[in-house]
Amino acid sequence: MRAPVIGVLALQGDVREHLAALREQGAEAVPVRRPEELAGVDGVVLPGGESTTIVKLAARFGLLEPLRAAVRDGLPAYGSCAGMILLADRILDAPPDQETVGGLDVTVRRNAFGRQVDSFEADLAFEGLAGGAVHAVFIRAPWVEEAGEGVEVLGRVVGGTADGRIVAVRQGNVVATSFHPELTGDRRVHALFVEIVRRHLAEQSPSEENS
Amino acid sequence: MAAQNDSVPSAGTGTDRVKRGMAEQLKGGVIMDVVTPEQAKIAEDAGAVAVMALERVPADIRAEGGISRMSDPDMIDGIISAVSIPVMAKARIGHFVEARVLQALGVDYIDESEVLSPADEAHHIAKSEFTVPFVCGATDLGEALRRISEGAAMIRSKGEAGTGNVVEATRHMRAIRAGIKRLGTLDETELFVAAKELRAPYDLVVEVARLGKLPVVLFTAGGIATPADAAMMMQLGAEGVFVGSGIFKSGDPALRAAAIVQATTFHDDPDVIAKVSRGLGEAMVGINVSTLPESERFATRGW
Repeated sequence: MRAPVIGVLALQGDVREHLAALREQGAEAVPVRRPEELAGVDGVVLPGGESTTIVKLAARFGLLEPLRAAVRDGLPAYGSCAGMILLADRILDAPPDQETVGGLDVTVRRNAFGRQVDSFEADLAFEGLAGGAVHAVFIRAPWVEEAGEGVEVLGRVVGGTADGRIVAVRQGNVVATSFHPELTGDRRVHALFVEIVRRHLAEQSPSEENS
Repeated sequence: MAAQNDSVPSAGTGTDRVKRGMAEQLKGGVIMDVVTPEQAKIAEDAGAVAVMALERVPADIRAEGGISRMSDPDMIDGIISAVSIPVMAKARIGHFVEARVLQALGVDYIDESEVLSPADEAHHIAKSEFTVPFVCGATDLGEALRRISEGAAMIRSKGEAGTGNVVEATRHMRAIRAGIKRLGTLDETELFVAAKELRAPYDLVVEVARLGKLPVVLFTAGGIATPADAAMMMQLGAEGVFVGSGIFKSGDPALRAAAIVQATTFHDDPDVIAKVSRGLGEAMVGINVSTLPESERFATRGW
């Protein structure tokens, strides 16, 4: 089977780190800034960055609606930090007119842990990943305030007053983390996403497996 | 160092990774100088990734003269409350108490800036001791590496702020880039000499030679006034753009701000840059840098 083509929304943010992480996992990773570039991908990553900026640029360059439609129609998507905000159906502590792509039945609170002086790194258990705790880097990070019934919780903060807050979720082919696996050398979250894309690709075109 | 918010579960705040990682999130974006909460809101609406809160934009600092200092805490509070994007603020070179105050106010990034009047003629702030990250200006690779060794988590070109003239930012971006390229051609013994010539720590010099880039994010600043200026800086290797006087000293700040944001993202697409450059009204009136007396040049501040 061919390598999955995974687009990284490249309007603003830590695009390069996601592209590198995906390539290390055997995907063909391509930046996406235009609707026609989105049309050719098997999965999409919404990177870390400033969510208000990314969503404005996506709207202005005609990417927001195609992204919504693609995720709604089952395109696998992964979002880290700002990407989690973009994938949330509902957001808190955002400018009143801030839109999202949606796809995850969750309510996400922006800058939930505080300002930059409160940004931190810590270990946490990540459901379904072999090899022990994930070292997670949180930067002005959001958390999931409420998750709908169909949403699988993959990770929570351990300790402090934010103890138990949800910071990693999955619903079908859509995954989101509050933290930035792209900033550490640990590629397990990207490997999980690439695997989701591979399976989705195989389901879409079962004949290809034998060809 | 203690966190300022007790919702944080562990002591892992203020690490290099968290400080440098914050700058990684700003890449491809535009950071705009603002002097009021209203301007901050306009910047956020236009798609700025962060705002820089200061008392006077560099063009006014030039025009009015006098000593230029950290902003009024009330003004910074007002801007922090007005927007949800990160808020940066400037401290004078070497003024570690201004920096402590800005950290206590909850500013997200401190710019130890030559645009303000230097408070120390020999020492920059020891930035590693802070939880809040710092960005510093540099005119060449050696200066960038000295700032990084003091703990800067982000570097920007100095340019010549408040002139609306991009020529100095171009010089600095090209100098930093040329310095990095040169290191890539040197062997181990030559890198020792390079470290001496650059007046920079050997380990950092080796790291840059190996990476082919700075170990922190590199933005550009100083004199950027048009969408094309921003796009050119991105093509010269900047990972994002600071715009100072260029926006709020122009005819239509909201429109120009949005245009510069779009040109930064599509810096390699002349059609987009042409489209967003139409109908922007007047750009800020520029100053010819070569006619500026040495004493009025900001880029020579810091070392």
